[in-house]
Amino acid sequence: MSDRSSYGLGRAELHELYRALTLTRAAEERLEILQKQGHVTGGLYRSLGQEAGAVGAAFALRRRDDGTGDFLAHTVRAAGALFLFGGELEDFFRQYMAKGSGPTRGREANLHWFDFQKGFVGPVSPLGTMIEIMAGITLTFRMRGEERIGMVFYGDGASSTGAWHEGLNFAAVQRCPLILMVENNQWAFSTPTHKNTRVATFADKGPGYGIGADSVDGTDVLEVFDTVRRAAALVRAGEGTRLVELRYFRRLGHAQHDPQEYVDPALIEEWEKRDPIAGYRDRMLRNEWATEEELSAIEEEVFERCRIAAESVVEEPNPDGPSAVYDVYTDLDIARPWTRAEPAVP
Amino acid sequence: MTVHTQIEPVAGPEHLLKTQRGEPVTMLEAISEALFEEMVRDESVFLLGEDIGVYGGAFKVTRGFLEHFGERRVIDTPIAEGGFTGAAAGAAHMGLRPVVEIQFMDFISPAYDVITNYIATSLYRGAGPMPLVIRGPVGGGNRGGPFHSQNVEMAFFHTPGLKIVYPSNAYDAKGLLKAAIRDDNPVLFEEHKGLYRAPALREVLPDDDYTVPLGVAKTVRDGSDLTIVTYGAMVHKSLSAAETLDVEDGLSVEIVDLRTLLPMDDDAIVESVKKTGKLLIVHEDTRTGGIAGEIAIRVSEKAFEWLDGPILRVTAIDAPVPYSGSLEDYFLPQADDVITAARYLAAY
Repeated sequence: MSDRSSYGLGRAELHELYRALTLTRAAEERLEILQKQGHVTGGLYRSLGQEAGAVGAAFALRRRDDGTGDFLAHTVRAAGALFLFGGELEDFFRQYMAKGSGPTRGREANLHWFDFQKGFVGPVSPLGTMIEIMAGITLTFRMRGEERIGMVFYGDGASSTGAWHEGLNFAAVQRCPLILMVENNQWAFSTPTHKNTRVATFADKGPGYGIGADSVDGTDVLEVFDTVRRAAALVRAGEGTRLVELRYFRRLGHAQHDPQEYVDPALIEEWEKRDPIAGYRDRMLRNEWATEEELSAIEEEVFERCRIAAESVVEEPNPDGPSAVYDVYTDLDIARPWTRAEPAVP
Repeated sequence: MTVHTQIEPVAGPEHLLKTQRGEPVTMLEAISEALFEEMVRDESVFLLGEDIGVYGGAFKVTRGFLEHFGERRVIDTPIAEGGFTGAAAGAAHMGLRPVVEIQFMDFISPAYDVITNYIATSLYRGAGPMPLVIRGPVGGGNRGGPFHSQNVEMAFFHTPGLKIVYPSNAYDAKGLLKAAIRDDNPVLFEEHKGLYRAPALREVLPDDDYTVPLGVAKTVRDGSDLTIVTYGAMVHKSLSAAETLDVEDGLSVEIVDLRTLLPMDDDAIVESVKKTGKLLIVHEDTRTGGIAGEIAIRVSEKAFEWLDGPILRVTAIDAPVPYSGSLEDYFLPQADDVITAARYLAAY
C-alpha cells in the first residue's frame, strides 16, 4: 500500500494509534527513571523498536471490558497491546515496583498480570506455554459458539519449544480461533535467530501445521494493523488458527542488565533509522492526518500521564511479607514458618 | 465427613448405571461412574485425552462417553500431553471444569512445565482458580516395563498449589474423583491400574451423590502395636501382611490409608503414631525422595516423644521399573517385605 493509505482508518483512530505508540515508549522511559531511582524490582524489559507490532495487532481486535471481547496474551514487549486492552498505566508501574496494590499483589513481575473481563492474560516466563493456554481459551470460544478470537504474542525463541509445537498443533487440529504473533526481533536473549531455526521466515512454519501465515514489517503500525485485521477476519469466520510474523529488531538488550555487546552497533544504527514511532509521526504529518500541534499535544499528554502515575504509585505500600502465605489454594491455609510463631513450636 | 445427597436416576449407557441398579462395580467402573455422573450434573465438565473418545480410552474408562456427550465434551487429542493439559488450563480460566486423561501417567512429563509453572501457580499469580483434574493410570505389577508402570506423585508433590489424590478402592475412587472435579484447585488423580479390575475390590456403592473429601486419611484397620501409613495398591499388601502378623505373631497392626497425598492428613498419622508408638511407611514408589521421608519428618516434628522405635519404610528399589516378571516382583515392595519390617519394628 502507498504511503498515503490510511487503510480506512479515520483521523481519530490514527491519532489513537499514535497515542498508544507514544504511551508505550513514554511508560518504558519512565521506568528507566524509576529504576535509576531504585524503585523497580527485578529486570526492566524495553520494547524499543517493537512498539508498532503490539499496537497495530491489538488495534485490529475487538476490545471490550465486559468479558465479551477478544482475548490477548501479551508479552513483556507488548505493553502497547496491553494498554489498548485496558491495562491500567498505574498497574503497569505497580507491577514493575512489586507493589501490594498491584493486580498480582507483588507476587508476579512486570506485565505478568490478568483481567478476564477486559480480555488479557499475562504471560509466564516460558512463553511457549502461552500457546497452549490460549489454545484452551479459544477452544472455549468455539465450544460456546462465540464469535470471539484470541491473540498470543511470543518471542522468536519460544518458537523452538515443545510447548509451542504442542499448543499450536492442538489449536490447529481443533480449529481454535487464535492468531499467533511471533515477535521476531532477531534475538532470543543473546541467541540470534539463525541459531534458533533453519526457516528463512517464521511464516514458513505455518504450512507445517496446515495453517495460514503472514509476515509483516513490524515497524509499520498500519501495515501490521491491516495484516492482522485480515487474519482476524479469516480466523473469526471459522478458518481456525493463523500465524503472523512481526519483523523488527530489538534495539536494546534482553533486559536493562544486558549491554548487548554481542550485537553489531552498525545494525542497531541501521534499525534506529526505521524507528516505528518517528516513522509514523512523519507519515501522519506528510499526509496531513495530524498537525504538529496535535502530535505534540499527544506526546505532552502521555508524558504527563506517565509522570503522574509513576509518582503516585511510588508512594504506595509494598506487600506485607506474611501475606505470602495466602492464595496458594482456594480453600486451605499453608503453614507459616514455625520459627516465627510465638511460642516457637514445630 | 462423607457427604451424601440423593441424585435423580439418569439415562445413559447400561455399563455406567450399575450402581443405580444396585450391582457391584470395580474401581475402574467406579471411576467411570464418577466421570459420567459429574458430566451429567455439570455442563461445564468436559474431557480431553488421547484415544478417550472413539476408542473409549486405553483402559476403557470413558467407553460410551463420546456417543452420550458428543465431540464437544469428549475430545480426542493429538499426542501432546503438554498441549492438551495447557489447553485444559485455558478452558478452566474460562469457567469450564476440564478433566484430562493421561493415558499412562508415565507420559505426563511433557505437561510438567504447564502443571508446575502455570497451573499450580495460577491462583497465586492472580489469574484465578484452576478447577481441573489430571487423572490417569499409575503403578506396577502389570509387566508394563519402565514406561507403563511408574508412580508420579513425587515428581509433583513438591509443587505448592497442587493437590494429589491416590485412592485404594472403588468407594473412595468414586467419591474422591467427584470431590476433585468439584474442587477449585488443580488435582492430580492417580489410579493404580492393578486395582482397576481387581475382583476383590468389586463392591456395591451407595446409589446417592456421595463425595469423599480431599485431604482426609482413613484408618482402614485398627491396631495397637504399630502403625502402617500407606496408600494405593500398597494398602492391600499391607492389609494382607497385617493378617499374617495377627495370626502368626499376635501383632496388632493399624493401617492408615492416606487417600490424599497433598495436602497430607498429618492429624490422622500423628494420632495413630501416638496410639501405637511405632511407624512403618509403605509405598510402591521408589525409595529415595519418596513420600516416606516427608511423613517421617512430620512425625519427628509432631510426635517424636511418642516414638518407641525408628521410623522405617518399605518401598520399591531405586531403579527404573523393570519389565520381566521376576525383576519387577523383586523391584516392587511385597507383603513379605512389610511382614519382615513390621516384625523388626515390633521387636525393637
